[in-house]
Order: sequence, then structure tokens, then C-alpha cells
Amino acid sequence: MEEQTPIEEVGGGPSLFGPPRAPRRREEGARAALIAFASSVLFIVVALWAILSSDAWPAVQRQFFNWSNFVEVFPDVLSGFWLDIRMFVVAEIIILILSLVIAMIRSLRGPAFFPLRALAVIFIDLIRGIPVILLILLLGFGIPALQLPGVPTGALFWGLTALIISYSAYTAEVYRAGIESVHESQRMSARSLGLTQGQALWHVIVPQAIRNVIPALLNGLVSLQKDVALVLVLGIREAVREADIYAAKTFNYTGYIAAALLFLLISVPVARFADWYTNRDRRRKQSVST
Amino acid sequence: MSTAKLELQNVSKAFDDKQVLRDVDLAVDHHEVVCLIGSSGSGKSTMLKCINLLVPIDSGAILLDGADIAAPGVNANQVREEMGIVFQAFNLFPHMTVLDNITLSPRKVHGVKRRVAEETARELLAGFGLSDKVDEYPDRLSGGEQQRVAVIRALATEPDLMLFDEVTSALDPELVAEVLNVIRALKDDGMTMVIATHEMGFARDVADQVCFLDEGRILEHGPPGQIFSSPSEARTQQFLQRIIDAGRL
Ligand SMILES: Nc1ncnc2c1ncn2[C@@H]1O[C@H](COP(=O)(O)OP(=O)(O)OP(=O)(O)O)[C@@H](O)[C@H]1O
Ligand SMILES: [Mg+2]
Repeated sequence: MEEQTPIEEVGGGPSLFGPPRAPRRREEGARAALIAFASSVLFIVVALWAILSSDAWPAVQRQFFNWSNFVEVFPDVLSGFWLDIRMFVVAEIIILILSLVIAMIRSLRGPAFFPLRALAVIFIDLIRGIPVILLILLLGFGIPALQLPGVPTGALFWGLTALIISYSAYTAEVYRAGIESVHESQRMSARSLGLTQGQALWHVIVPQAIRNVIPALLNGLVSLQKDVALVLVLGIREAVREADIYAAKTFNYTGYIAAALLFLLISVPVARFADWYTNRDRRRKQSVST
Repeated sequence: MSTAKLELQNVSKAFDDKQVLRDVDLAVDHHEVVCLIGSSGSGKSTMLKCINLLVPIDSGAILLDGADIAAPGVNANQVREEMGIVFQAFNLFPHMTVLDNITLSPRKVHGVKRRVAEETARELLAGFGLSDKVDEYPDRLSGGEQQRVAVIRALATEPDLMLFDEVTSALDPELVAEVLNVIRALKDDGMTMVIATHEMGFARDVADQVCFLDEGRILEHGPPGQIFSSPSEARTQQFLQRIIDAGRL
């Protein structure tokens, strides 16, 4: 393994020009934390002062950070956001399953499976080549307009379907990268024990593959959590749409800020968790390989 | 006429343009131990993978108990149930305990009840002195223990032909003996085996027949005494001389 500087040491003090540093002592660590804290506070104070004292601030505050507007719009935005969350949960669950199936199909070997494999590849390539928003418009407006008997016409249904299809294509590629990262001997060993291709994938390859791609899956999760808002183009009253309606009525944009805050409330913790998990995972792998 | 346990007839295999096996003929009798020796790239691993149907052959026939298993329409999974193979490394499934590694195939392929499969596995582990590793994950085992578990796993489906592909070459020297002893024990039990190995001392000791592979051809074969003491081919002599010079014989 190549030598790597542990992340924790980077902020510990200057070592660029001096001799190699002695192991960091406790007071030194406390001092570093104090410096980091003090400089952060200083930075925030200066930045706030610069913003609040600028000539534009009163207008900005009136348009975006108006407390009475906030109180007025928040209940609607919140109920819209509740719809966002439900859409997100339903879509994510289906995506995680559907994309795994697609990735497994794409990983089947042998000429007999060529048609299935080809279908999976075509699906992935086509869908990944189309902007999500276009797919939402296409399905959400297009299919209900056909008025096919027995086919759902709800905008919500088709909006979600478009999101699911689009994200499944991306996520399938994530899974596939994971499947390919598992050593070939594992597949051979499984097959030599008499397991079928499907059994080998399911019991042996996929569990290892998933473990390898959890960070990438978490990133996809963060991204979907925001992208559910795109269904607003179909007139679905989720959080951003509610803010939009309010802004059109009052020419005040505080509703957008309210929606943004709600999205941040979910996505920041998830992003932090993804980071934490990725780092822990990497450190564990390093400790195993050394 | 008694049929051989395993017979290769005119087996050829190429990867892209590279001819890896050329008209290989080999007969392995019941309870016979055949060692494959030869320099790196001579086709030993490929030959074992072909026998296990992990790699399709281009031409020729592979007879198992007289039936051609390389013929089209043969159910490869059924064939594989009758033989076990152990590779150089990465045999065990890292996300499963030793017990789960061993019981996976009996349970999923042979439909054995979990309780029964686990009992058999525990008995096998006890027989090879690995009782205390039942619930460990592979990365907590030494390399030698991992390979022994891999052998046990292959035995759990009761094959009557075992294939070994340099199962000791990734091991620290002090761990080699414990794995080779397992193979010796199998020989004493009458297991038919084809073993690719770089351990010449072991081959001389355990083999009934030694095959020297050179560029995909079985250049010479015979009892170990003959191959190691008076090889008739110049290439075999060179190969053995290199091994002797390296202090491995
Ligand atoms: N899947 C593959 N695709 C292409 N070429 C391959 C493949 N597997 C093996 N080969 C080639 O076939 C030749 C024989 O390989 P093989 O692994 O059978 O040799 P070997 O005798 O087992 O060597 P070693 O002692 O190093 O294990 C090598 O030149 C190798 O590069
Ligand atoms: Mg080899």
C-alpha cells in the first residue's frame, strides 16, 4: 500500500517546512481546536457585518427573509414538503430494488442471456441520455393525454414513474461498478460449488458489491431527495411549488427560503452521514490491508 | 474394460489468438492422484478450469465416468456437483462465516436442511482441526486456515473428484505443510485428484502420475520417480534444473 497521510493530521500544524513533527500533544490539539473555532467565529461575524451593512440588505430582507411572510407561507410549504418526503421514500425504495435487478441482468454471462443483457444496456443508455425534467414532462403530460383505457392518468403517478426510471438507470450503473469490483475468483468459486449464475450473483457477488458502493448509493439518495421537487412542472403541489404559488401571488420570495431550509434539514445530515460512512469505510479498509 | 474416472481427449483451448491448451490427452483412474507441473503460463490453471467447465473448451472431449461433459447441452451445474475445485486465493466468501461458506452449496444447490448441513460442516471442521473457527469470518483466519476451509467447503458436497490449483503458492512457507497434509489425508481416503502445484517435493511424494505441461502440451508424463529422476525431454530437464537451482527440490 502507498503511504497516506491520515486526514486528522492535516489540520494539526505546519509541517511543510519544519522537520517531521513529533507526535501531537494534547495541549497542541486543544490549541488547534481553539484557533479553528476563533477563526470561524471571526469569519462569520465579518461576513454577516458585510451583508447586513450593505445598501442592498433592506431590499433583500424584505423579499427573502420577511418574518411575517414566513409565518404566512410556512404551513403550505411544510405540507408540500411532506409530499416531497413521501415521494422520495417511495421512489428511493423502488429505485434501489429495480436498479439492482437491472444491474444483475446486465451482469449475466453467456450467449443465452444476450437479449436480456442488450435490453438492459439499451434501457440504461437511453434513459441516461435524457434530462430528468424532459422525462417527467414526457410521461407526466404525454401519457395521460393519450387517454389509454386502464392506464393511470395522475400527474403524481407519472411524475414519480419518470423519476424512478431515470434514477434506476443511474443507480444500475452504480451497482454494476460494484459487481465488477468483486474478484473474479469469487464468481468462479461460487459456480464451481454448483450455484447457478443467479445464485452466485445473489448470494456471493451482490452482497459484496453493495458494501462496496454504499457511499455512491448515499450520494444518489441525497440527489434524489432534492430532485423530487422537479415534479412541480406537472403542477404537483410539493414544497417548491407552494412557494412558487405564494411568490406569484405576493411577489415575495420568503417561501423559497422556507422550502430551501426544509430541504437542507434533510440533505445536510444525510450528506454528513455519507461522508462519515465513506471515511470510516476507507479507514477500515486501510487498517485491514496494512 | 473399466473406464477412467476422468479422461481428456484432444482438448484444445485458445484465448483470443493465444493457444493455451494443445491436444491435451490425459487419463485419471479412480483413486489416482495426478500432479500437473510446468512453468508459469503453461496452462495448468486453464486445464483445471476446463475440467470444471468454468472455461469452455474449443475442441476435444472431457469424459467424466465415461460421459462427455464438454458436449453441448450438458448441465454444467450438475457436473460441478460431482467435483470440487480449490484455487490459489480468494476462495472463501468474505461476507459469510466459515460455517455459512461451507453450508451455502449444500443448502442452496442440494436442498439440504440447514440443521443437517451445519452438522455435516461441523463434523468436517472437527475432522480437520478447525472446530474453533466455525463462526469466524475469513479475514480472521490465517492463509493456511482459509485454504483448509476452502478444501472442506469443496468436500461438503461429497465430490469424488477434487481439483487443486496451486493451493499453497500464496501461503507463507510455514503454513504450506498444514494444507498439504489435508490433501495427503484425502489421498489416504482414496479421493481422485488433479493437482497443479509448484511444490515438487509434495508432487513426488503424493502423485501416482506427474504430467509436465509445456506451452499447453503434456510433453511428458509418468510416475514421479521417472519424471523427477530421469526425464526424457530436454524441456522437462531444464524445468527441473531451474527448480533445483532455486532450491525447491
Ligand atoms: N481468461 C483469460 N483470458 C486470456 N488469456 C488467459 C486467460 N486465462 C489465462 N490466460 C492465458 O493463458 C495462459 C495460460 O494460463 P494459465 O493460468 O493456465 O497458466 P498456469 O500454468 O496456471 O500458470 P501459473 O503457474 O502462473 O499459474 C497464460 O499465458 C495466460 O496469460
Ligand atoms: Mg495457474
